[in-house]
Amino acid sequence: MRLTLRIWRQKDPSVKGTMVTYKLDDISPDMSFLEMLDVLNERLIMDGDDPVAFDHDCREGICGMCGVMINGKAHGGEHTTTCQLHMRSFKDGDTIDVEPWRASPFPVIKDLAVDRRAFDRIIQAGGYISVPTGTAPEAHSTPVPKKDSDAAFDAATCIGCGACVAACPNASSMLFTAAKVTHLGLLPQGQPERYDRVVNMVTQQDLEGFGGCTNIGECSASCPKGISMETISRLNHDLLGALRAGVKPKS
Amino acid sequence: MPLDLFTVGDPIADTKAPTDVPIGERWSERKFRGRLVNPANRRKMTVIVVGTGLAGGSAAATLGEAGYKVKSFWYQDSPRRAHSVAAQGGINAAKNYRNDGDSVHRLFYDTVKGGDFRSRENNVHRLAEVSVNIIDQCVAQGVPFAREYGGLLDNRSFGGTQVSRTFYARGQTGQQLLYGAYQALERQMAAGNVEQHSRTEMLDLIVVDGRARGIVARDLVTGEISTHYADAVVLATGGYGNVFYLSTNAKGSNATAIWRAHKRGAYFANPCYTQIHPTCIPVHGEYQSKLTLMSESLRNDGRVWVPKERGDTRDPRDIPEDERDYYLERIYPSFGNLVPRDIASRQAKNVCDEGRGVGPNGLGVYLDFAEAIERLGRPAVEAKYGNLFDMYAQITGEDPYRTPMRIYPAVHYTMGGLWVDYDLQSTIPGMFVIGEANFSDHGANRLGASALMQGLADGYFVLPATITEYLADGPFEKIGDSHPAAVEAVQGVQAQIQKLLNINGTRSVASFHRELGKLMWDLCGMERSEESLRKALDRIPEIRQEFWTNVKVVGDWHSFNQNLEQAGRVADFIELAELMCVDALHRNESCGGHFRAESQTPEGEALRDDENFAYVAAWEWTPEGAPPVLHREDLEYEYVHLAQRSYK
Ligand SMILES: Cc1cc2nc3c(=O)[nH]c(=O)nc-3n(C[C@H](O)[C@H](O)[C@H](O)COP(=O)(O)OP(=O)(O)OC[C@H]3O[C@@H](n4cnc5c(N)ncnc54)[C@H](O)[C@@H]3O)c2cc1C
Ligand code: SF4
Ligand code: FES
Repeated sequence: MRLTLRIWRQKDPSVKGTMVTYKLDDISPDMSFLEMLDVLNERLIMDGDDPVAFDHDCREGICGMCGVMINGKAHGGEHTTTCQLHMRSFKDGDTIDVEPWRASPFPVIKDLAVDRRAFDRIIQAGGYISVPTGTAPEAHSTPVPKKDSDAAFDAATCIGCGACVAACPNASSMLFTAAKVTHLGLLPQGQPERYDRVVNMVTQQDLEGFGGCTNIGECSASCPKGISMETISRLNHDLLGALRAGVKPKS
Repeated sequence: MPLDLFTVGDPIADTKAPTDVPIGERWSERKFRGRLVNPANRRKMTVIVVGTGLAGGSAAATLGEAGYKVKSFWYQDSPRRAHSVAAQGGINAAKNYRNDGDSVHRLFYDTVKGGDFRSRENNVHRLAEVSVNIIDQCVAQGVPFAREYGGLLDNRSFGGTQVSRTFYARGQTGQQLLYGAYQALERQMAAGNVEQHSRTEMLDLIVVDGRARGIVARDLVTGEISTHYADAVVLATGGYGNVFYLSTNAKGSNATAIWRAHKRGAYFANPCYTQIHPTCIPVHGEYQSKLTLMSESLRNDGRVWVPKERGDTRDPRDIPEDERDYYLERIYPSFGNLVPRDIASRQAKNVCDEGRGVGPNGLGVYLDFAEAIERLGRPAVEAKYGNLFDMYAQITGEDPYRTPMRIYPAVHYTMGGLWVDYDLQSTIPGMFVIGEANFSDHGANRLGASALMQGLADGYFVLPATITEYLADGPFEKIGDSHPAAVEAVQGVQAQIQKLLNINGTRSVASFHRELGKLMWDLCGMERSEESLRKALDRIPEIRQEFWTNVKVVGDWHSFNQNLEQAGRVADFIELAELMCVDALHRNESCGGHFRAESQTPEGEALRDDENFAYVAAWEWTPEGAPPVLHREDLEYEYVHLAQRSYK
């Protein structure tokens, strides 16, 4: 395949970036999208140019490290991660635009790589169950209805890639936060901290500068793990309950 | 033995396991005899933990919670991305929830046997004991394991066992376990007990008066090289399968931390023990950057076969039953498709060598679900393996519900690693090694679902209990950047980076990595012989020489430079590859994943030589020009009878 790539190049956060055009011929449809970028980078390196920086690690759709906007769509818009997207999804002669996630809480580090540590701070605010090592009761002492455990699992599959934020016109992190609130809130083990968790996580995402959720649904439509909008309803429900119960965010 | 390639030093032994009590009491006894550190003193001590996978994440969280000052390092943006996240199949534990005859002793026995009698009994027994606590801990953290309709936990079977003891979360068990550890870790970070260093790569170990006292690291975003000091250092940096370039590891998985610690004096044990996983998606092109595993759990329901005739290119669905060879079921009637990995991989290689392999280059066998779909119905198969089938379809463009998967073995796991004693302490006092980075529990072959178990056993339960014996002598004298050991380490790191940038040759880093990987796969892969290894050992020094004179690394080191990161890692892989080949050559027997063509039974199974090789090979590094030194740790079997493994 022959392709024209237009890629966002930005040396570091202090300078402005621009789109730069590259031409590639000899791309196999069996290559993954990142393997196609590898080919480009190897060429740039041999020419003594700076290769395109992009994040990736597992290359099997599970670590959440990869993620770019492809033709304006997060991860290319195929309900998969960038690393799992294959060139057979494109046509010979295509022009492909490649840009980083665009959201102020995710500042660009270089080219296509952004800083997503805001997500970790949202987890730090309450995305856990407090159980010191070695204090756990016997696993079978609390049966969990299969339906709840399956639904908790579905929410727990969020890989923290940030596509939901990148896809959202408000740059809201609601789907990410809601996935964790739902995962832990559906399990009996997660009940004691349920209200504190939701209040603290939502407070933190506001502090990080993520936008508000106006139920547009672009997040879920771009999510490679199919996290559903229902998780957001659950979050709102828990949040309301917490506020009624007078739960306050920790300082 | 080719003595020109190494020299033999003093034997080494583990002196920490209390062998004066029966095996079932040794772990409690060790904990009882080891000294403790009182809570007020813990606050005065710092522990560096490099790595946030199952091993490092759980260790850092537990130590932070216990009151130590912990500094945590990892190379990705978030701790949640450690490659443990990719583990699919499950985690073993001797809960005996199925009431099928499982017990701590049986898990212990299966693991020693599965490791082809090349692991330490004491460590494996402890692992089996602790396994039950892991499940309790994870469930309490909210890990959504698969459950049955009654609300209790479900189990599946894995290779090399006849009981059902594997706990799982669909095909994403590693992800869910890692998020449990990650959340515990983030909680400790929020509480101020764990200091975070994301996108920071350890490049050297600082050793002062014989003790590990800190690390030199590079901030991958700014390029800044920094030093960090502590009373103890824990390495949890994962396996080194990427020596082979193509593997199921993550692109960033590396040997740099353990290799540089090795060069500082930590012995490297059994480097040649690598696991080739039988069920991966076959290689499809030159540009390929990694291989994807299809979980072993698929062998619960999938049947492995090739056509009986060589060169049969018919659509698999058109090949009648009686013209198929379900070779694992034929050769191993009692374990069938669930033989251990080393055996399944080698048999796949054998049928392909016979010319009966399938797919474009003849390097593949079928993994067929037609029978399972008929027996269980598509929804049931989907519920169990849905995400794996989707992943397969995404990568290959074929639908495994309709046509059999094609699979082929790929490098997956490294049983070798830094040598540690029962306390998980390396030969450098104060440096501990946990998870895949150490060599401890799997002998010459790891059973499926046992690495997750080991990582979490080490991190949650073993290390936090054993490290206190060492720290009881602390806190140690403060050191700073002016200390000669620190100055020397920092200068060494800077010099190496500068050298890489100065070469400005004509070959890319990736091209060296690909060449090394192919060489290792061909000559030190599923089958090794004196001839192949000698060939590898002739070639690797040439690759190293060419690398250091002709590699091209662009950019500078004061910025985000992925090309430079990769170059440093490949430099280490080249050196490690050489030691792997020396180890493989010296071990003139077959055992587990180490198959020497010269040592096989008449049926072609691995033939061990217990008289001469029932030991751990712990290698001491020597500067270039001098051959490495072999230290043997004899393995003694008190509880498990040494026998030829049989899965027939
Ligand atoms: C695809 C796949 C599937 C698997 N499935 C299973 C399974 O079903 N069951 C099972 O039991 N096992 C399975 N395994 C094996 C198991 O997942 C691993 O052995 C285990 O998770 C390793 O954990 P770890 O904590 O030792 O290392 P990792 O999870 O690899 O973590 C390494 C950590 O070290 C950090 N690091 C590495 N180098 C440096 C450096 N130089 N400086 C700073 N930080 C560094 C990384 O950032 C990371 O945080 C699988 C493995 C793979 C690859
Ligand atoms: S909710 Fe989906 S899109 Fe958002 S971070 Fe999680 S996996 Fe990515
Ligand atoms: S690289 Fe891990 S999800 Fe894409």
